Amino acid sequence: MSKERIKIAEELFDIMPVEYQDLVKRATYGNGQRGWKDIGNAKELIEEHSLCAGCPESMAFRYILASLPNPEDTVMVGSTGCTSLVFPHVAVHNIHSLFGNQNAVASGLKRALTVRFPDRHKDVVVLAGDGATVDIGLDMTLQAWFRQEKFTTICFDNELYANTGGQESGLMQKGFVAKMAPVGKTFEKVRLPEIARESGCHYVVNCTVSKPNLIEKVIKNAVHVAREIGPTYLQLYTPCILEIGKNSMEGLQEMRDSEKPTERFAYKEYVSEPAKELLAELAAKEKERKAEAKKQLAGQSA
Amino acid sequence: MAAQASFIGQKNKKEQVYTDPWHMMNEAPRTPSFFTGSEVIKEAVRRASCDIMVAYPITPQSEAAALCGELFAEGYIGDYFRGESEFAVMSQCAGAAFGGARVFTTTAGPGTMRAMENFPMWAGARLPIQMIVTCRGINSPLSIQPDTLEISYLMQTGMLVWHAETAQDFYDWILKGYMVSEEPDVHLPLALCCDGFFVTHTKDMVDLTPVDMCLPPYDPYRSPVPCMDMECPPVRMMRDPFVMKSNYISYATHASWQQEVWAAVERSRKHTIRWMDGLIDADDTDADVMVVASGTAVSQSREAIAMLEEEGIHVGLVKVKTLRPWPGEEIREATKHAKHIIVPEFNVIGWLAREVSATVPNNERIHAGPHVCGGMTMPPEIIAAEIKTVLGVKAPSLAGRGG
Ligand SMILES: Cc1ncc(C[n+]2csc(CCOP(=O)(O)OP(=O)(O)O)c2C)c(N)n1
Ligand code: SF4
Ligand SMILES: [Mg+2]
Repeated sequence: MSKERIKIAEELFDIMPVEYQDLVKRATYGNGQRGWKDIGNAKELIEEHSLCAGCPESMAFRYILASLPNPEDTVMVGSTGCTSLVFPHVAVHNIHSLFGNQNAVASGLKRALTVRFPDRHKDVVVLAGDGATVDIGLDMTLQAWFRQEKFTTICFDNELYANTGGQESGLMQKGFVAKMAPVGKTFEKVRLPEIARESGCHYVVNCTVSKPNLIEKVIKNAVHVAREIGPTYLQLYTPCILEIGKNSMEGLQEMRDSEKPTERFAYKEYVSEPAKELLAELAAKEKERKAEAKKQLAGQSA
Repeated sequence: MAAQASFIGQKNKKEQVYTDPWHMMNEAPRTPSFFTGSEVIKEAVRRASCDIMVAYPITPQSEAAALCGELFAEGYIGDYFRGESEFAVMSQCAGAAFGGARVFTTTAGPGTMRAMENFPMWAGARLPIQMIVTCRGINSPLSIQPDTLEISYLMQTGMLVWHAETAQDFYDWILKGYMVSEEPDVHLPLALCCDGFFVTHTKDMVDLTPVDMCLPPYDPYRSPVPCMDMECPPVRMMRDPFVMKSNYISYATHASWQQEVWAAVERSRKHTIRWMDGLIDADDTDADVMVVASGTAVSQSREAIAMLEEEGIHVGLVKVKTLRPWPGEEIREATKHAKHIIVPEFNVIGWLAREVSATVPNNERIHAGPHVCGGMTMPPEIIAAEIKTVLGVKAPSLAGRGG
């Protein structure tokens, strides 16, 4: 869908909702260079959110939505959990259906869009909690990867079931005392990034959302690789400040502490050979574009 | 209609002509063919312009699901794959339908039950997916035999539920089913049920429509809810998701949406009556005894009625074609002269008799049974015996059934 499609007839412009007017005037649709720096200047694809004040998921949402390379042709799939409280505010088509079935829904969706729009890129991005991705939906998470379904899976890892009040999840750390883990979790945090690699994902990153420029990079890479090659997986630490007893302004520090080199969210990345080639190609093109732009700028000032 | 009409007369990549569905189903020449029920499913899907089919093996639908795979290989279906479980398959179907595809799938018995969480979601999301259900037992110990218990669960989901008797029903109803369920004022999923094995694995003469005619493609922009393909402006849906709120507005929203789904089931009535020539077929409604049945029980009842006719006992028959929408008014009318209403069923609980009991006045007239289940057949003799017992006519004892 192009920005043309959402244009409002002049006579009706002023009676449309302000958000919609903004979308038409200031959305970054069709801008190949969109990214986290547009936040605050351009129309964002998320308005308010209904998360707890200071929840790092809200930052993550902003960074991700600002970084999608092709939001005008991206459909997102969510699941039940804290993320499902945000999606109704998001100005990208998104599907919520059940808890844990997100990668199955995305498989059907991506195939339908490919059949219906054979000559266009329609990106599909899944965004779900750790309970949805690793526990109740693990089967469908992995099977979509085995089948090499061409979409991106993002897991908001807050290491517990936040939306139901802080129960144990498979991505919770061993020993953590939580509801339904009354004597502490007895087994290790599931190593989904490694499992993702072994299951056929072509681009896997494990990190926190403390740095917007990093999130922009990994989102763009993940979406491009999924579009051209096969499944990609991002596991992003978005601590549930409510359940780990932090204040609203402590989320960022919690992420910084957890991404230190010896910690569980130290930046980890896996890129398959075909994905490496693709990313190198894209990087070369980007370099060329920048050089061209610089030349033109120089030409203008000369 | 405009978008559909614009396709009519054009050819698809298999050289089939997108044909006006009314003409294709009611006026175009038919060719008699001798096929199993599974093969008939394949032939209907060949003409249905399906975009996506998702498959999973479970007896007795595996053959039909695999035959549709051959159709995909031949280029008649946009995409086809095997999911990892029925729960996943039904969610994959949902994803495809959310993305604007015409979707087809098949399942049976434990598969239906495994997938159950999806069905009210399909209805609530207004996804006009078609699911063939070739009913089989869901009891323990494991059974693969015909048994229609699973239909009673499907009837409460908000889906359209039809119950085919013969392979011919199946053929016509698969194609007509899309026409009804894709109407903008309906736009609901359809569970098209039959009794496994009896219909799927037996051969029958079926009149097929021409192979070079197919339905016009699905138009997702006639949906009452937006198609999730980013081809229309994505506006924020609401400020606060209703799930978060415990207040009257939230309750009212959920309540009214449920009511709307069931209202859509009701609105399907007029389209179904037009396409299927009524929600029931009724014969000899002046008889003192009426049999009310659906699925294979209709065929068996017809035999029983013919046997009794020879003995001078006159019995009428109501074939219930749709369970949702429920043909209450039609059944009341067709049974208004009856002193006795016999409801034979292929399940242990007698869900059809319960529905009929809740529909007709003076329901002491209803005799729930005979019931067979767990794969037993229903010989016409036991229906005839039930009727005779009701009439106080001495029936010969049936071997092994205690008379
Ligand atoms: C079938 C089903 N089982 C259980 C639930 C209850 N439930 C809703 S959200 C949730 C936890 C979500 O946890 P996670 O995926 O980690 O997301 P978070 O809320 O932590 O972001 C659960 C168990 C449900 N909605 N559906
Ligand atoms: S419960 Fe936790 S994850 Fe959910 S919004 Fe609050 S802080 Fe964020
Ligand atoms: Mg969680």
